[in-house]
Amino acid sequence: MSVTAFVTAALAAVAIVASRGLRQRAQAVVLPVATGVLLLALWHLWAESTRYEIATPGEPVRTVEVFPTPERTLVAFRELLSDGRLLRYSIASLFRVAVGFLLAAAIGIPLGLWAGWSTRASYSINPFVQALRPISPLAWIPIATLTFGIRDEAAIFIIFLGSFFPIVTGTMSAVRSMPVAYVRSAHNFGLRKFELLAHVVFPAALPQIITSLRIALGVAWLVIVAAEMNAIQSGLGFLIVDARNMGMRYDLVVAAMLVIGAIGIGLDFLVRRLERIDSVRWGFTKE
Amino acid sequence: MSAPQTGERAAKVVVRGLSKRFRRGREELLVLDAIDLEIASGEFVCILGPSGCGKSTLLNLLGGFEEADAGTIRIDGEAVTRPDPRRILVFQDYSIFPWATVRENIALGLLRRSAKEREEIVAHYVELIGLQGFEDSYPGELSGGMKQRVAVARVLAVSPEIVFMDEPLGALDSLTRLAMRRELLRIWQRGRMTIALVTHDVDESLQLADRVVVMTSRPGRIAGIVSVDLPHPRDPSASAYNALKLELFDLLGVRADV
Repeated sequence: MSVTAFVTAALAAVAIVASRGLRQRAQAVVLPVATGVLLLALWHLWAESTRYEIATPGEPVRTVEVFPTPERTLVAFRELLSDGRLLRYSIASLFRVAVGFLLAAAIGIPLGLWAGWSTRASYSINPFVQALRPISPLAWIPIATLTFGIRDEAAIFIIFLGSFFPIVTGTMSAVRSMPVAYVRSAHNFGLRKFELLAHVVFPAALPQIITSLRIALGVAWLVIVAAEMNAIQSGLGFLIVDARNMGMRYDLVVAAMLVIGAIGIGLDFLVRRLERIDSVRWGFTKE
Repeated sequence: MSAPQTGERAAKVVVRGLSKRFRRGREELLVLDAIDLEIASGEFVCILGPSGCGKSTLLNLLGGFEEADAGTIRIDGEAVTRPDPRRILVFQDYSIFPWATVRENIALGLLRRSAKEREEIVAHYVELIGLQGFEDSYPGELSGGMKQRVAVARVLAVSPEIVFMDEPLGALDSLTRLAMRRELLRIWQRGRMTIALVTHDVDESLQLADRVVVMTSRPGRIAGIVSVDLPHPRDPSASAYNALKLELFDLLGVRADV
């Protein structure tokens, strides 16, 4: 078994070196696949090296795997899939992230626009935003649990905090960095307050707002796992803690980790679709 | 030096003793020093000067975007205190909005008109500047010359009495620039509005202006005003043209034989 892993690793390494001669498009396929295979092989070798045998007199020798091999992880993944836990927990986690994130956007974007636009609002709000921002959302877990109990609301609150600050500060700086000429032109053409906001300030800030949403969603997804580990009895974070506590199922732990990574990529992909909207594309292309 | 005044036409813009300082740390910089200027109704004036002579500051003051430290600006006898759609300032770079289509950009000053009226006006000016078929394009998809046309159309759509332009053709390549000069003249002759255009290009000012206001820098002062009484189109090889060119170079303090 480990011979196969060695051979695969060697082949992957050769593929990476040999890909120099390939065209760029071929490289774009060959290189990530080769790196992936290499990592899988190394994972396999490492997992095998942590395996040990227990010999008890009078009983057959047992092999204990501390760290699961890729194959074992795949089996664990199937187990989670077939007993419905994967779907149930993923939905639970995604639901909390969605609610917390959308709340943060609904409050953070208007607040950021306001604080970016008005000096008075900025004086009133900004010091507190800046003071609360460096506190990790995880530090709020005890307070969240105290306030909301071990319920969805506690996790949603943590997610809200994690996404709120990137959104507020991103929106605020987007408005502040807007070229003066935009606003002057709008004034010149007689735009009133609300028109100015709807036709100039908001669209001018939108590309940077989308970038801040992307960052915020990334943070939210990072934080949800930790929030569920501590405060809640469902979700992918809970799955990880539960799998360890209930019989050292590290195969389930690793499977859950990979699922978390995959969903994170999916979420990022979805937010990046926003960058393609016609009226914001200017903010993401260099002329 | 006595400046030729606007003559028989009524003065639209009257600037008297206009001064503006900027503070840079502890230093105070006199950007504009006692500017006196009159612009007649329907006149095309070019403000010519090197960079840093305060010509953009002068436009910002005329547009009502900044406050002077001394002196007055009156337009139609009324003191200028704030921007007004009757006088539009076209900024150097960010003149049009990258997030809005050509149609939406041109409609900027028409938000409170009815949808039908807005559509008609936009269609009219899209045709005037020859951008049919690009109504739904974004500025990022247009060439520099086309963007400048959109900026011009957006201004014309609100039928302003005065247009201030801050180096509107500066970012264009030289061929597009020539075409846009002709375009500007055509539009000006058709609408007879008052135009004050800032430039550092001697030929541009001679091609466009009725009068060229020459400024010098640090502090920004008017070095002289030159009337260009030549019919359009102006022939750059004509001797009268070249005499004026020498005069402008002289006022700018540059040797003309370089």
